[in-house]
Amino acid sequence: MTILEFTAIVAIVSFVAGLLGSLTGLGGGVVLVPLLTIFFHVDIRYAIGASLVSVIATSSGAAASYVKEGFSNIRIGMFLEIATTFGALLGAFLATRIPTSALAIIFGAVLLYSAYLSRKPRPQAQRSLPPDPLATRLRMNGSFPDLEGPRSYNVQHVPTGFSLMFGAGALSGLLGIGSGAVKVLAMDQAMQIPFKVSTTTSNFMIGVTAAASAGVYLGRGYVDPGLAMPVMLGVLAGSLLGSRILVKAETKSLRLVFSVVILVLGLQMLYNGFWGKI
Amino acid sequence: MPAAQAPARQPHPFQPQPWRDRRIEVILGNLLRTGVLISAAVVLWGACVYLSRHAHEPADYRIFRGEPSEFRTIPGVIQSVISGRGRGLIQLGLLLLIATPIARVAFSIVGFAIERDRMYVAFTLIVLAILLYSLLGSGLGV
Repeated sequence: MTILEFTAIVAIVSFVAGLLGSLTGLGGGVVLVPLLTIFFHVDIRYAIGASLVSVIATSSGAAASYVKEGFSNIRIGMFLEIATTFGALLGAFLATRIPTSALAIIFGAVLLYSAYLSRKPRPQAQRSLPPDPLATRLRMNGSFPDLEGPRSYNVQHVPTGFSLMFGAGALSGLLGIGSGAVKVLAMDQAMQIPFKVSTTTSNFMIGVTAAASAGVYLGRGYVDPGLAMPVMLGVLAGSLLGSRILVKAETKSLRLVFSVVILVLGLQMLYNGFWGKI
Repeated sequence: MPAAQAPARQPHPFQPQPWRDRRIEVILGNLLRTGVLISAAVVLWGACVYLSRHAHEPADYRIFRGEPSEFRTIPGVIQSVISGRGRGLIQLGLLLLIATPIARVAFSIVGFAIERDRMYVAFTLIVLAILLYSLLGSGLGV
């Protein structure tokens, strides 16, 4: 394959991944690394470097429109970014030391978990919980615009959420993904933050988290310009288009298709990892 | 339901929602959008230069070699941009992209300082320190 053909095909695949990732809310980065390694036979370290860069682009591009809606909570985001950036730095250093087959196995497990999570019903609106002393001290409780006016919420279990976020950051740095699935676990499940607030706040944290590990990847020579260029431009264009044509009626079947794709890629990554093919 | 939230109004000096000042939100949103667009434009420019010269060479990413220093350090990237290399331009665009969320964090310090929220100025400084360490302490600066 010549460079021109390779660039064009990778750009198209990245565009579709970004479009589907944005339409389904599952993120495009998570399918890119397996696609690049399984079908294009790209070394997993180059694939992770390119994917990480595209994660920053989509997160920052989408955050621009989220910021204006008033759902995201900047204090929760900034506090948890201490955990995610520290974790991301650790993950990026680990990635340079562990064998690529182990990377593939961890990646496969994360994909299977994401597929499972995408089939689970979204958490329902919580009953009002009593304020937690630590969350109150950290000024995390807030309110967001709902149908019947502002609705307030009280954040719970800050230490659990903080530890899970450290794990999310480490996975992001290790695998070059946004780790949306683990962030949802920390914010929705542990900290009991309303769905709309946690998804927008997590999107805004993803770019900062990825920036922390991207510096390490670039400095170690894991970001190849010839590969990162079509991936970043394709994913960015796809996700920007996706955020404009978001049609609610069709996302349900799209989500099903996309989660099956994630499941199959996860099994393939596990297989390749265990048989030493990566 | 709304009646239940009435006692939650405390005489607390902080409104722990986004920014009290809507202008900070708008500036942050625009900062992110502009950063992404500028970096995408630089990457695209680099792509044109790179493809116009290397389009017909074989593509091979099967074997990991690691990038040469001209594509993995800030002085190296600047040097290769000056000598007109397409891949140098792409790396410059990617560096600008990485700098975009970092700039947002730096600007948030100003926002928290305006709101006189010392605790969050400190938290944000920690995040900024980790980011700068990653960018400059990992071999990129050399």
